[in-house]
Amino acid sequence: MPKTLYDKLWENHVVRTEADGTALLYIDRHLVHEVTSPQAFEGLKLAGRKPWRVSSIVATADHNTPTDHWERGIEDPVSRQQVETLDANIREVGALAFFPFKDARQGIVHVIGPENGATLPGMTVVCGDSHTSTHGAFACLAHGIGTSEVEHVLATQCLLQTKMKSMLVRVEGTVGAGVTAKDIVLAIIGRIGTAGGTGHAVEFGGSAIRALSMEGRMTVCNMAIEAGARVGFVAADDTTIEYLKGRPFSPSGEVWDRAVAHWRTLVSDPGARFDAVVELDAAAIRPQVTWGTSPEMVTDIGGSVPAPEDFADTVKREGVARALQYMGLAPRTNIRDIKVDQVFIGSCTNSRIEDLREAAVVAKGRRKADSVRRVLVVPGSGLVKRQAEAEGLDRIFIAAGFEWREPGCSMCLAMNADRLEPGERCASTSNRNFEGRQGNGGRTHLVSPAMAAAAAIAGHFADVREII
Amino acid sequence: MRAFTRLDGLVAPLDRANVDTDAIIPKQFLKSIKRSGFGPNAFDEWRYLDRGEPGRDNSQRPLNPEFVLNQPRYRGASVLLTRDNFGCGSSREHAPWALEDYGFRALVGTTFADIFYNNSFKNGLLPIKLPAAEIDEMFAQVAAAPGYRLKIDLAAQTVTRPDGKVLNFDVDAFRKECLLNGWDDIGLTLRHADAIREFEAKRRIDQPWLFA
Repeated sequence: MPKTLYDKLWENHVVRTEADGTALLYIDRHLVHEVTSPQAFEGLKLAGRKPWRVSSIVATADHNTPTDHWERGIEDPVSRQQVETLDANIREVGALAFFPFKDARQGIVHVIGPENGATLPGMTVVCGDSHTSTHGAFACLAHGIGTSEVEHVLATQCLLQTKMKSMLVRVEGTVGAGVTAKDIVLAIIGRIGTAGGTGHAVEFGGSAIRALSMEGRMTVCNMAIEAGARVGFVAADDTTIEYLKGRPFSPSGEVWDRAVAHWRTLVSDPGARFDAVVELDAAAIRPQVTWGTSPEMVTDIGGSVPAPEDFADTVKREGVARALQYMGLAPRTNIRDIKVDQVFIGSCTNSRIEDLREAAVVAKGRRKADSVRRVLVVPGSGLVKRQAEAEGLDRIFIAAGFEWREPGCSMCLAMNADRLEPGERCASTSNRNFEGRQGNGGRTHLVSPAMAAAAAIAGHFADVREII
Repeated sequence: MRAFTRLDGLVAPLDRANVDTDAIIPKQFLKSIKRSGFGPNAFDEWRYLDRGEPGRDNSQRPLNPEFVLNQPRYRGASVLLTRDNFGCGSSREHAPWALEDYGFRALVGTTFADIFYNNSFKNGLLPIKLPAAEIDEMFAQVAAAPGYRLKIDLAAQTVTRPDGKVLNFDVDAFRKECLLNGWDDIGLTLRHADAIREFEAKRRIDQPWLFA
């Protein structure tokens, strides 16, 4: 019987199965950061247990780290303690790789894994972070997990999991100029809703997904969780294999050839059956902008904010009314007329070199609007930062009045000092527009890097297709 | 983990869909390296009128009278009635830690986000999924009847309303067993350590690039 890629990844990792279908799934790669690991390491220690296989661990500090004045260290004592706790834990147990605060290869956990070749096709990847789905871009089964599960994986190298249903999201055709992976995934979420993928493992396919770079595929898989899917992935192909060649932890020589032969099998077989199939026409996708407090509250740059009465369902209607109130938006406001106070270009969704290049194309030779208080550009890692500087992108941003920062999660979740003030409105390349996500009372609109740069220049949302 | 068998608890209603884990416990409290003490900051941004910070004395902060959990009639609630997709977003286990520390032992709603659902079971917090029509009716009943309680029996997989109506719910057999007994699932998994070692040894030979 033809198999889906999910079937293959699942079967390749099942150690044993309970009578009710709960399986012990072997975990190949365990990514660790400072926020969701301290209680797991403590639990392990209290129980007198040792990590099962430290060579599966790749660790970094990203959520709490400042993005400027690194010479001052981490000034918030609570943040500092959390980062130091990670340092101490990794020093004690060991790891395949550890990129601590200020290390040249430090960065967002979902950026450093792939760029170091620590994320390889066919792996199970876990991390105490919901955006672990990012690694699915490499035909991995990548799960975001809670801290109890972090401890479980540390102790047993396994995750308890029941098999999910399968969903294929097929995007066929070619996107227009100025339309990016971010717009594709926001359009998908707009279509299926923020719970549309709950209980499903989502495979992203079709010619528009195949045409994406690895960076673009990571952006799409990253936001699978915003559609409710704990895992999202893309089949392996030449693009995947080409990306991995020569990375620090990629195999080489004869092992590389064997690995590639295996990776070539990591596709859904023709005729494989999915529990659900969703189809989108790439040519119809326009640059997307969210207007509410859930990623499903999204429209395109030509659109306007809806009115609560547009929705028949009572709970939904009240949700929209509450979102508009929080966002300070009147029904029927044109998206283009919404002014922004801050712009954030970064996060595990959009902080890779390709994202920065897209933003730089728009920023080049232009200047941010005076009405925009701040534009933060936060590269995803030290390696991305150096690459961008080698290409002169930093100078383009600085000339445009943008701030060029050190790598980290930054204002995606505002655990460090980078945040919105109450009532401030932000065009953000991150993944969540929840209430308070970028700072208490802050208002977030999710967009692509190109659209974020366009908003920074115009002072309000603007159609990047008219600029580039 | 604390076992869950039966509960007879006061119900508090949280009538909004897509409640995310950022709302359940905001990011500034995630800087803690402990598992406990998150209860006073559960729903912090909705519950208080000012901005919460770790280490502050929450008893001195101004409460938001509009927020449902601040109403005296819901004080001491141990069952939270929820809407679609509760617990979406971030995987932070601090969310079930905060709910449990606040005093909730069970959540009754239509659907829960996958990671949150899973995390709840690891903390003795039972999420129960019921049909949307039942949940709609329950919201109406809770609003109409102060002191509305539900009886929950995990072994029997039932929720009993004050009017005597019994509703059945589904739960995976393995999760149910772990929760009923308060089992530490790491201990359970380690009983299969030989099977894991064998699997791993074969994997090292078949796919050596995974063990660089």
